[in-house]
Amino acid sequence: MATLLSIRGLTKAYPGVVANDDVSFDIDKGEIHALLGENGAGKSTLVKMIFGLVKPDAGEMVLDGAAYTPGKPSDARRAGVAMVFQHFSLFEALDVAENVALGMENPPKPRDLARQIREVSETYGLPLDPTRTVGTLSAGERQRVEIIRCLLQNPRLLIMDEPTSVLTPQEVEILFKTLNKLRAEGTSILYISHKLEEIRALCDTASILRRGKNVATIVPRDVTARQMAELMVGASFDTPAARAGEKGEVLLRTDKLSLPAPGAFGTPLREASLEVRAGEVLGIGGVAGNGQDELLMALSGERLAPAGSIFFKGRDVSRTGPIGRRDAGLLSGPEERLGHAAAPNMSLTENAVLTGARREGLVRGGFIDWGKSKGFAEKVIERFDVRTPGPGTAARALSGGNLQKFVVGREILQNPDVFIVNQPTWGVDAAAAAAIRQALLDLAAQGAAIVVISQDLDELMEISDRFAALNEGRLSPARAVSELDIEKIGLMMGGAHDMEVAHVDS
Amino acid sequence: MDPVLLVASIMVSATPILLAAIGEMVVEKAGVLNLGVEGMMITGAVIGFAAAVGTGSPVLGFAAAALGAAVLSLTFGFLTQYLLSNQVATGLGLTLVGLGLSALVGAGFEGVRAPGPGKLWIPGLAEIPVIGPMFFRHDFMVYVSLLLVAGVWAFLKFTRAGLILRAVGEDHESAHALGYKVVRVRMAAIFFGGACAGLGGAYVSLVRVPQWTEGMTAGAGWIALAIVVFASWRPFGVLIGAYLFGGVTVLQLNLQAAGANVPVELLSMSPYLITILVLVVISARGVHGAPGSLGRSFHASA
Amino acid sequence: MIRLEKRPQPSRLWTIVTPLLAVVLTMVVGGIMFALLGKPPLEAIRTIFWDPLFHPQFAGYSRPQLLVKAGPLILIAIGLSIGFKAGIWNIGAEGQYIMGAVCGAAVGLAFYPSESVLLFPLMVVAGALGGWAWAMIPAVLKTRFGTNEILVSLMLVYVAENILASASAGWLRSPEGMGFPGSRNFKQWPAVFNDELVANTGMHWGVVAAFIAVIGAYALMARHIQGFNIRLTGEAPRAARFSGVSPVRIVFLCLGISGALAGMAGLFEVTGPAGQITIDFNSGYGFTAIIVAFLGRLHPVGILLAGLLMALTYIGGELAQLMLGLPGASIQLFQGMLLFFLLATDVFTNYRIRFAKGELA
Repeated sequence: MATLLSIRGLTKAYPGVVANDDVSFDIDKGEIHALLGENGAGKSTLVKMIFGLVKPDAGEMVLDGAAYTPGKPSDARRAGVAMVFQHFSLFEALDVAENVALGMENPPKPRDLARQIREVSETYGLPLDPTRTVGTLSAGERQRVEIIRCLLQNPRLLIMDEPTSVLTPQEVEILFKTLNKLRAEGTSILYISHKLEEIRALCDTASILRRGKNVATIVPRDVTARQMAELMVGASFDTPAARAGEKGEVLLRTDKLSLPAPGAFGTPLREASLEVRAGEVLGIGGVAGNGQDELLMALSGERLAPAGSIFFKGRDVSRTGPIGRRDAGLLSGPEERLGHAAAPNMSLTENAVLTGARREGLVRGGFIDWGKSKGFAEKVIERFDVRTPGPGTAARALSGGNLQKFVVGREILQNPDVFIVNQPTWGVDAAAAAAIRQALLDLAAQGAAIVVISQDLDELMEISDRFAALNEGRLSPARAVSELDIEKIGLMMGGAHDMEVAHVDS
Repeated sequence: MDPVLLVASIMVSATPILLAAIGEMVVEKAGVLNLGVEGMMITGAVIGFAAAVGTGSPVLGFAAAALGAAVLSLTFGFLTQYLLSNQVATGLGLTLVGLGLSALVGAGFEGVRAPGPGKLWIPGLAEIPVIGPMFFRHDFMVYVSLLLVAGVWAFLKFTRAGLILRAVGEDHESAHALGYKVVRVRMAAIFFGGACAGLGGAYVSLVRVPQWTEGMTAGAGWIALAIVVFASWRPFGVLIGAYLFGGVTVLQLNLQAAGANVPVELLSMSPYLITILVLVVISARGVHGAPGSLGRSFHASA
Repeated sequence: MIRLEKRPQPSRLWTIVTPLLAVVLTMVVGGIMFALLGKPPLEAIRTIFWDPLFHPQFAGYSRPQLLVKAGPLILIAIGLSIGFKAGIWNIGAEGQYIMGAVCGAAVGLAFYPSESVLLFPLMVVAGALGGWAWAMIPAVLKTRFGTNEILVSLMLVYVAENILASASAGWLRSPEGMGFPGSRNFKQWPAVFNDELVANTGMHWGVVAAFIAVIGAYALMARHIQGFNIRLTGEAPRAARFSGVSPVRIVFLCLGISGALAGMAGLFEVTGPAGQITIDFNSGYGFTAIIVAFLGRLHPVGILLAGLLMALTYIGGELAQLMLGLPGASIQLFQGMLLFFLLATDVFTNYRIRFAKGELA
C-alpha cells in the first residue's frame, strides 16, 4: 500500500526533557495506525507536530510525496489533516452547527451546513441534530460533533486522541464501525490510545513510543497484549498485592441519594444508593460527566444532601458539612487537583492545612501553628515520595503526578475510616499510579472503607471488591468484581441495570 | 405632563446609556469585563465637548470622543490582554484615570457653550401627528444608537466574525485550540466598546446637559454595566433596559420639577435604587447567558 | 519575539519591587505630563513628593496633614484588602464611609450637649455600625440572590450621597446655623471633638485605629484560620468549599469588616478634621483607598506605606496647586496612573519575560 505520511527523525526538546527523540514511521493510505505509549511518552507532542501546533527541532515529514511543514493548524487542515482532540474544543453555549462552522476553514452557508451535517451523520452512523446546544449533549455525542467537523473537510489523515476514554463499550462499537468505513474509503487514521485490546481489535499497525523514542512498529494482531504492554512500559513495576480478609461492618451507606444538578450543565444525582464495608474497596465506573463529580461533592459534604440519605457508621450525616464529616473520619479526594483538591498558588504547607487543620491539630484557638503544619506537609512529601524542593513550593509548580500523590497522601495519612476518591491516578505515570493504588489497598487492609470513582475500568477491576456504574446520575447496584465481564460492565455503564439483574438471577 | 414630550425626552435620556451599554455588551460577549465604562464615558464627554467647541462641528466632536475613549480603552486592553492584569482592578483603574484625565482636560471648558447637533426631520415621518414629534424629530445620534443595536444584533447572529467573537467569549481555550487569535479579537472588542462609551459620554456633554462639568456622567457608565446584566447579553434587551432606565430618569426629573411632595434626594437616588432592584430581580431569576470566559485572563501556554 | 512564561510560583522579589517601579514610572510619566502642561517637571515632582515633608516654610503645616490624610485611607484600605483577597469586590467604601459618618454624627447629636465621656465611644460604635449596615446590603443581596456586589455597592454610593445631602440640608442641620446647610460643628463640642492626641502630629483617634487595624489585619491574614479561609476563597473557591469554608460566611465577614472600618473612618473624619456633616465633607477617600489597597499589595504593612504615600500625593498636590498653579485634577490622574503602572508591572510577579525567536529556539 502507498505511504500517505512519512515521519522521519522528528525531534522536539523542551527545557529539561526530550519529548520526541528521532521518531520515524510511515502511515499508509487507508490504514488505521495506532500510536501507543504511556502518559508522558511523547504521544501528544508528536501529534501536535503533525497538526501544526508545535514545530519540530529536527526531522521532516512527507505527505503524499511532498514536504509537509504545517506552521499552524489551518495549514494542516488545508493539507487534509484533521484531528479529534481528547479534550474537545467545543463551545457549550453554541449549537452543533455553529461549533462545526468554527472548526472549518471555509464553512458553507448555515442552511447548507445543517444539511451537510445531517448527511454525514447518516452516512457514518453518527446521529446528531445540528440545532442542539452542545452543552446538552453527552460526551459521546460531543465526540460526534468533533468527528463530523473533521469529516466535512474530507480529510486524508484523521488523528484521534484517546477517542474511547469518554465512551461506553456500546458507543465504542459504533465508533469502530465508523472508523472501519472510513478506512474502507481510503482515509488513513492515526489512532492514539493506551488501551491494548482496543488496538488489537481495530488497528493495522502500531508504533510504540517510550520516553520519546519510537521503540517498535508492529502489527498488533500478531502480538499479545502483554507483549505490547512490555514494549510500552519497558520495565516491570509492582502490581498491587492481592488482598484477602473479612469485610467488616457497613461504614458508609447512602439511601436513595438525590440532588439537583449544581449548574446549567451539571448532572443531578438520582436515587443513588450504595454501601461500603470496613476493609472493602467499592469501585464506581461510568463515562465522564455522568455524576462522578456530583457524587463526590455530596459524599464529601461540599453539597449537603436531604436528611436521611447519607449515613456514616449508622449516623445520619446528610446535613453535616465537610468539616463535621472530616472530624468524624469521612475523608475525600476530588478529581480536579488544581483548584479543587488543592489551591494552585498556595504552598504545600498551606494546602496541608486545607484539609488537615483539625484532624492533625494544626489550629489552636483559631490560630494556625505553621511549624506543625509544615511538619505535616513534610510527612506527606516523604511518605508518598512527592518530588518537590520543599513544603514551601506552590502547588501549581508540581507535576500532575506529584501533586496527585500529595493530595491523596494528605488524606490517607489522616487515617480516615472512610475514604472517597475520584480519579486517583488520572494523568499519573504508571509507577506512581501503582504506588497510589497500593496505598489505597493498604488503607483498606487496615480496616477503612474505600470508594474509588474512576473512568479507568482496568484500574477498577484491579483494586475493587465490588463494582457499580454511574449513568446520568443513577447508580447501578454493586456487583462483585469476580462475577463481571466486559459485556456486563458495558450494560451497567449504559444504564441497563435491571436487565443485568434478571440475567444473573436466571 | 405632555406624553409626546415625555417619550421624546426619554429617548434623549436613554441614548447615552444605550450607546455605552451596547458597546460593553460586545466587550463582554468577547469574554472581557471592562469596568472602566464610566471612565471612558467621561473621557468621551470631555473630548467630544472640546473637539466640538474647537471645530464648531458636533459631528467631529462625536468622532473625536469615540476615537479618544477607544484609545483610552486600549490601555485597559494592553494591561489585561498582554500583561494579564486583573480585569476588575484594571477596569476600576481605568475609571479613576478617566475621571482624573477628564477633569484635567476639561478645566478650561467649564461654562463654555458647545454647538449641539441639530434635530433631524425625517422627511414624511416627522410630520405625522403625535408619532412624528415623539420619534422622528431627534438628533442624528439617537438614530445612530438604534442602528448600532440592530447592527450589533446582526453582526453577532449572522456573521462569521460575530460567531468567532462569541466563541472567544464562551471558551477562550477552545477558540485558541481551533487557531483563533483570542487576544486580537478581544482587543478589537475592547476598542469598539471604548468607542461606544465615548459616543455615550459625548452625548451627555453635547446634547443632554449640554455643557461640561466635572464628573458629569454621574454613574451612567455603571448603570450601563448593570443594563448589560439586565439584558442577559442580548442586544434588544440592552435597548429595553436603556429605555426603561431613561424613563425612570425623566420621570423623577419631571416629578422634581413639578414639585411633587417627595423629598428631592429620594427622587435623585431613585434611578440608582431601581437599578439595584432590577439587578436583584434578574439575579434572583438566575443569570442566563453570561459568556463562559467572562472576566478570565487568557494566556496561551502551549 | 517577547513571550511570557508563567513562573512556578510568584516571585517574592518582584512583589516588593513592582510598587516601587510603579512609583518611579508614575514620576517619569507624570513629569512628562507636567512638562506638557508647561510646568517645570522636576520642580513639580519635588513639590509633590519632597516639599510636604521637608520644605522649610510649608513642612510645619503639611507634615501633620500626612497622618490626617493617611489615617482614613489606611483604615478603609485595610478593610477593602481583606475582601479583595477573597475575591469580593466592595468598591462602594465611599458610601459606607458616608453612612458611618452620618449615623455616628446623628447618634452624637441626639445627645447634644451631653459632656459624657461615653458619648464619643458610642459614636464610634454607631459609625462602625452604620458602615457595616450599608455594606450588609450588597452582602445580603449577593448571598441571597447572587447579585453582583460591585454594581450594588457602587450604586449605594450615589444613594448615600443623596442621604448625606438630605442630612446636611435637613434633618441634621444645625439649629444655630442660621439656615445654612451643615450640622453643628463638633470642633466646638469638646466631649466629642476628635482632636489631635499630640499637638502638631496629626495623630487623632482615627490614626490610632488605623494602626490597630494594620496589626489586626496582619494577625488575621497571616496567622488566623479565618484569614486563611479568606485567602483560600480568593485563590480557589472550589478548594475552599471542599475544605469546608462557607462562601456565605466569607461574604458577610469580608463586607462586614470593610464596611465597619470605612464607617469608623467616616466618623473619625467628621468629628475631627472635617468637623461637621456637610454635603461634601467626604473627599473621595473611599475610592482612593482602592488604589491604596492595591499599591500595598493587599498586605497590611504594604497598605500602611501605600497610605502614607498616597497621603503625600494629596498634600503635595495641594502644595503644587498653590505654588505652581498645577490643576487639582492632575493629582487625581497621577493617582490613577500609579494604579495603572502597578497593575502593568505586576506581570513580572507571576510571569517571566523571555526573549525568543519564535518557536524554533
